[in-house]
Amino acid sequence: MAAAASHSIHDRPWLDPAQKPFIQIQGVSKQFGPFVAVDNVDLDIYRGELFSLLGGSGCGKTTLLRMIAGFETPTSGRIVIDGEDMSSVPPYDRPVNMMFQSYALFPHMTVEQNVAYGLKRDGVAKAEIQSRVNDMLGMVELTQFRKRKPHQLSGGQRQRVALARSLVKNPKVLLLDEPLGALDKRLREQTQYELMNIQDRLGVTFVVVTHDQEEAMTLSTRIAVMDQGYFQQIGTPTEIYEYPVTRFVANFIGSANMFEGRVASQEDEIAEVTVDTLPVPIRAEHAAPLAAGTRAWVAVRPEKVQLSREPFSQAGINMLEGQVEEIGYYGESSTYRIRINEDVRLEVTHPNLRRPRDGRHLAEWEDKVYVGWEPGAAVVLTS
Amino acid sequence: MNPKRSRFLFSVLCFGMAFLYVPMVLLIIYSFNNSKLVPIWGGFSLRWYKVLFQSEDVWAATALSFKIAFVNATFAVALGTLAGLALVRFGRFRGRTLFTGMITAPLVMPEVITGLSLLLLFIGLQGLIGWPSERGFTTITIAHITFSMAYVAVIIQSRLSGMQEDLEEAAQDLGAKPLRVLFDITLPLLAPGMLAGWLLAFTLSLDDLVIASFTTGPGSNTLPILIYSRIRLGLRPDINALATIIILAVTIGVIIFGWLMLRQQRQRERDMHEAAAS
Ligand SMILES: Nc1ncnc2c1ncn2[C@@H]1O[C@H](COP(=O)(O)OP(=O)(O)OP(=O)(O)O)[C@@H](O)[C@H]1O
Ligand SMILES: [Mg+2]
Repeated sequence: MAAAASHSIHDRPWLDPAQKPFIQIQGVSKQFGPFVAVDNVDLDIYRGELFSLLGGSGCGKTTLLRMIAGFETPTSGRIVIDGEDMSSVPPYDRPVNMMFQSYALFPHMTVEQNVAYGLKRDGVAKAEIQSRVNDMLGMVELTQFRKRKPHQLSGGQRQRVALARSLVKNPKVLLLDEPLGALDKRLREQTQYELMNIQDRLGVTFVVVTHDQEEAMTLSTRIAVMDQGYFQQIGTPTEIYEYPVTRFVANFIGSANMFEGRVASQEDEIAEVTVDTLPVPIRAEHAAPLAAGTRAWVAVRPEKVQLSREPFSQAGINMLEGQVEEIGYYGESSTYRIRINEDVRLEVTHPNLRRPRDGRHLAEWEDKVYVGWEPGAAVVLTS
Repeated sequence: MNPKRSRFLFSVLCFGMAFLYVPMVLLIIYSFNNSKLVPIWGGFSLRWYKVLFQSEDVWAATALSFKIAFVNATFAVALGTLAGLALVRFGRFRGRTLFTGMITAPLVMPEVITGLSLLLLFIGLQGLIGWPSERGFTTITIAHITFSMAYVAVIIQSRLSGMQEDLEEAAQDLGAKPLRVLFDITLPLLAPGMLAGWLLAFTLSLDDLVIASFTTGPGSNTLPILIYSRIRLGLRPDINALATIIILAVTIGVIIFGWLMLRQQRQRERDMHEAAAS
């Protein structure tokens, strides 16, 4: 994430008004009967991006991907790829390849034939097909299984065949529906690395659907968080994590402590929110002006809360007093659940900087502790 | 289960089996009867088999039946597959419900009615355009195709709706135009269904007596027509011999089919094992 900050505008084409988006999704909706699967979505994706779609099950990710690939016709709106309106372009003429969530491997063809199929349809010379298929199978470590049929493969192997089959054609746009779900950790990291490599080398534009937020955070140039057919937020991993704009995003990506209250005042981009269940108002950063009395939620991430046995002395810090109720020890860090009062619990993640002394961690069960965070560590959400 | 009940069940089973198979066993035994009168045992002989093999009528009828069955099965698979594809993959086209009804109607229509209406059609056509000039191979085959194809369409339809559509989509995604998808993906995957449909159409045609009798003309006897017309004049030992041969052929066919299925299943199990192990 530190690296992301040092990137120039060339790596962030969405900030450059002179750049033309490569994929434009304009007011696209998809209805199945009365059910709205994708709801009036606008999205620009730029050349060479690795764009992730993140969201819960059934929120319309696959449907959106299928519309880009041409298997579903939008109920309204249009999709433009590389300046060309795709409305009347059939799937086989689109400069797009898709890896299906179900893999969709041809059961009557061997691994090799599956991977070669797309190249054959393009009329690539035999020798070239052979060498490209070999390279691809080498990359996904399936060379020894080349003669097998899909039903003779394990789930992870099938997934790699599907990946290889969609990559081998070097399309301008690659749509990947949960590409790495069934892989073990080592292969997963390797394939992630390989995907980034391909993207660098060939400038392919990726649109990746994933359930795995960690994967989305590390791979993506940008992430769209989707819920019930529309985008809650589109932004870089840092923006999404540090500046979520809705409660859904704050809870979906990472975890957050959330306090509901009303805006009391706002001064120098710091809002003060009174929370009924807390004795003191909470102060949090918010640049946009907020009217007093607005219903608002303050969200603060567990790792941004400090924990101490002594009261904090800094001025302006939000400080609460509580009791340790629960400790989860993860080795490199511990998560404490702090009971502030009957209604409020606060989660705090603290790195284990030192070994426990005399068998005692930073705090133990039933200890009286102070928790605190700076206004800049929290965000105010209004929806 | 208590022994009394199990004995009861066992005797029911025996009775049922006997009901099914005793007639066939009797038929086989009597085909080796050396007497001219079917119900009277006159010692063992292959006499009727010799008569049978020397009878040109029987050979001609057998040849005709197989020829009709073969042509019928082939056409029925071609047309039935197209109909099945239209029903499952073409979405909601206009007149789909009517088409579905018309495809499946021959399945439930009484055979006499199908036969009668086809006969009327052929006679009408003959009067109108002079074709078919005589009834026989062509008319029976056409009649058989009309109902066999309905069975094939149903088989193909059920296989297609069980088949994931995303395979065809994946092929399109990789650059295959719809016709290519049909030949590269859909038809190969339908092959087992088409084979099953072919075999069914073949058997239905060999089996059919009613529709064939309506649509045949003088001198064109299929095997069932021949058997039936001879039996009408009383039981005949050479027909017993013919029936025995048919039973033998069917038994061998079923055994081969079962063996092939078993082999395929074993292969699949082995494949699964291999996949799990690697
Ligand atoms: N052909 C269809 N007919 C009717 N409803 C559909 C159809 N395809 C999808 N839907 C509905 O649209 C919604 C979105 O489906 P979609 O497959 O896009 O979800 P998803 O975000 O990919 O979910 P998952 O993460 O589980 O794959 C779901 O509620 C689904 O039931
Ligand atoms: Mg999906």
